[in-house]
Amino acid sequence: MDENIKSSKIRESFTDRIFLIGVYTFLIIVLLIVLYPLIYIISASISSPEAVMAGRVWLWPVDFSLEGYTEVFNNSDVMRGFSNSIFYTVAYTVIAVVLTVVFAYPLSRKSFYGRTFLMFFIIFTMLFYGGLIPEYLVVKNLGMLDTIWAILIPKAMAVWQIIIARTFFQTSVPEELVEASEMDGCSSLRFLWSVVLPLSKPIIAVLALMYAVFQWNSYFDAMVFLRSEELFPLQLELRELLITQTESGVNMDIAEQQKREQLANLMKYSLIVVSSLPVLIIYPFAQKYFVKGMLIGSVKG
Amino acid sequence: MICPFILIRMHDNFIVSASFCGANLEKEGLTLKPTTEMNQPLSNSVLKKQKVTQWKLARKSFQKHWQLYLLIIPPVLYFIIFKYVPMIGTVIAFKDYNVVQGIMGSSWVGLKHFEAFFRNPVAWDLIQNTLYLSLYQLLVTFPLPIILALTLNEIKDGLFKRSVQMFTYAPYFISTVVIVSMIVLMLSPRLGIINQFIELFGFEPVNFLGNADLFRSVFVWSDAWQQTGYSAIIYLAALAGVDKQQYEAAKVDGASRIQRIMNVDIPGIMPAIVIILVLSVGNLMALGFEKVYLLQNPLNLSTSEILQTYVYKMGIINADFSFSAAVGLFNSFVNLILLVLVNYLAKRISGNGLW
Repeated sequence: MDENIKSSKIRESFTDRIFLIGVYTFLIIVLLIVLYPLIYIISASISSPEAVMAGRVWLWPVDFSLEGYTEVFNNSDVMRGFSNSIFYTVAYTVIAVVLTVVFAYPLSRKSFYGRTFLMFFIIFTMLFYGGLIPEYLVVKNLGMLDTIWAILIPKAMAVWQIIIARTFFQTSVPEELVEASEMDGCSSLRFLWSVVLPLSKPIIAVLALMYAVFQWNSYFDAMVFLRSEELFPLQLELRELLITQTESGVNMDIAEQQKREQLANLMKYSLIVVSSLPVLIIYPFAQKYFVKGMLIGSVKG
Repeated sequence: MICPFILIRMHDNFIVSASFCGANLEKEGLTLKPTTEMNQPLSNSVLKKQKVTQWKLARKSFQKHWQLYLLIIPPVLYFIIFKYVPMIGTVIAFKDYNVVQGIMGSSWVGLKHFEAFFRNPVAWDLIQNTLYLSLYQLLVTFPLPIILALTLNEIKDGLFKRSVQMFTYAPYFISTVVIVSMIVLMLSPRLGIINQFIELFGFEPVNFLGNADLFRSVFVWSDAWQQTGYSAIIYLAALAGVDKQQYEAAKVDGASRIQRIMNVDIPGIMPAIVIILVLSVGNLMALGFEKVYLLQNPLNLSTSEILQTYVYKMGIINADFSFSAAVGLFNSFVNLILLVLVNYLAKRISGNGLW
């Protein structure tokens, strides 16, 4: 459309110009609405406890201090949750990507007998969902309750991701290549390992990012399946500290208590930043890949 | 049974239970055939010839790809155990489940749990809350991404466009727990920044989360804040695919920008709009449950208690498995009806649908 605009600059009518101004105003407002909470949280997290409590922070940091962050890094629950979450995310991503690739590749091959049935077999699970309770009972009967497996296994594959991977294999590993390799006596497994995988780095990146972000951000399965605090992922610790916290200092004088309260309040802001940091670091890459993944998936279901 | 590499490392009970669950499936008459059963001849067939060629195809494929058939055992088992077994497990909604007798051993009670639920005056409140919240959510979060995509499509590629896209996608990557914490912090009646602004303009502070009437708005608009940018991607992609010649033609005819949007852009992305609408309606009863649960407090419970949070509380916390499974099943059932209905309507009206 760009060339069109250039070639017809003179014909841009008055109403069109007004309209365009309206469009820009709208987008600027959208941008401000999206950005403001993010900037505010970050600014508050690096301000002093008193300034945050007194409401003096509204856009930029006031009385720069890192007390909130010191508090976060000295909190053993948070640190344990952080390392648990890293473990869950890495292990889960490996399991999920391996399973997804291993399933999606055969589904993409035309000569693989049963692929239509298998596609139906997985898409059917998108329409009918057993529900929370039967799912819980399955995990319980497998003896997985309150073990790391309850986090790693029950959500190990997503139908949407399988469809994305299958579409990718269908479009980027041509059937002729498969036939040629078969003529040369290459086994399916060998072909998958030494031809398909090297060709599939982009889709593996897409899958890994999608699964990793999902696992890092999820709290619900942990809340349902885990009891021991040593196994809690970061998001569950956050829930306790940020949302349901009812802790109050009893045996403290008022000044001390006020100080604690201020620090606890400030720590919430720092905690939000720290817990979102891993995702924010990969965000520039993730954004590109997420968009790519979403577009591959939408080409054909 | 061959233990594939992932399963070997898992809990001992897993393998045992896996084969146990497989047995259950067969009992229920579900015909899920992993690999080895593929080469069984299908004898009593009417079209014998066709079946023979099918069998030949299967055998050929199995000979050629036997390694792939072995590879898909773990994923297939995963789907059977974690998707199909729970589906069958919903029968506990019609039984009095107890731990000792297990799912199959417990006695049948018919529709007892459904009756108990609908007799309870809470039921209608829950259904209403669920529907109101979902409809409100749909009305806000369905059109916004379309508007964002259409306006973004009007402006030239450049730094501004790229930054709007980049920053509007960003909130999508923030976790539910963090989003809810941000809401709690920013909307808190005493210290929240929003209330400080409200007081600055001389109004009374509002207790957003402690007010049942405001709960839905807080939920829906924070969701719009988080999802709009990301949901717009699909429409932007669809807009990129709109035929450029139609723009030219519209221009030659002297169409204004607004007219071009109405007559070229919107018809061009209509198939995408319809599909997304069908999908959103299909998810109507399943939306954002994790976030609702986190936003709940005793003050807003009269509007924030929805079917799924109720299922969680009755089932997992109170361990009333059969009753809550019945409520959950009712929820999924309504969802499915809605999906089928909307898909039918969409096909009737626009010619596009999911199937």
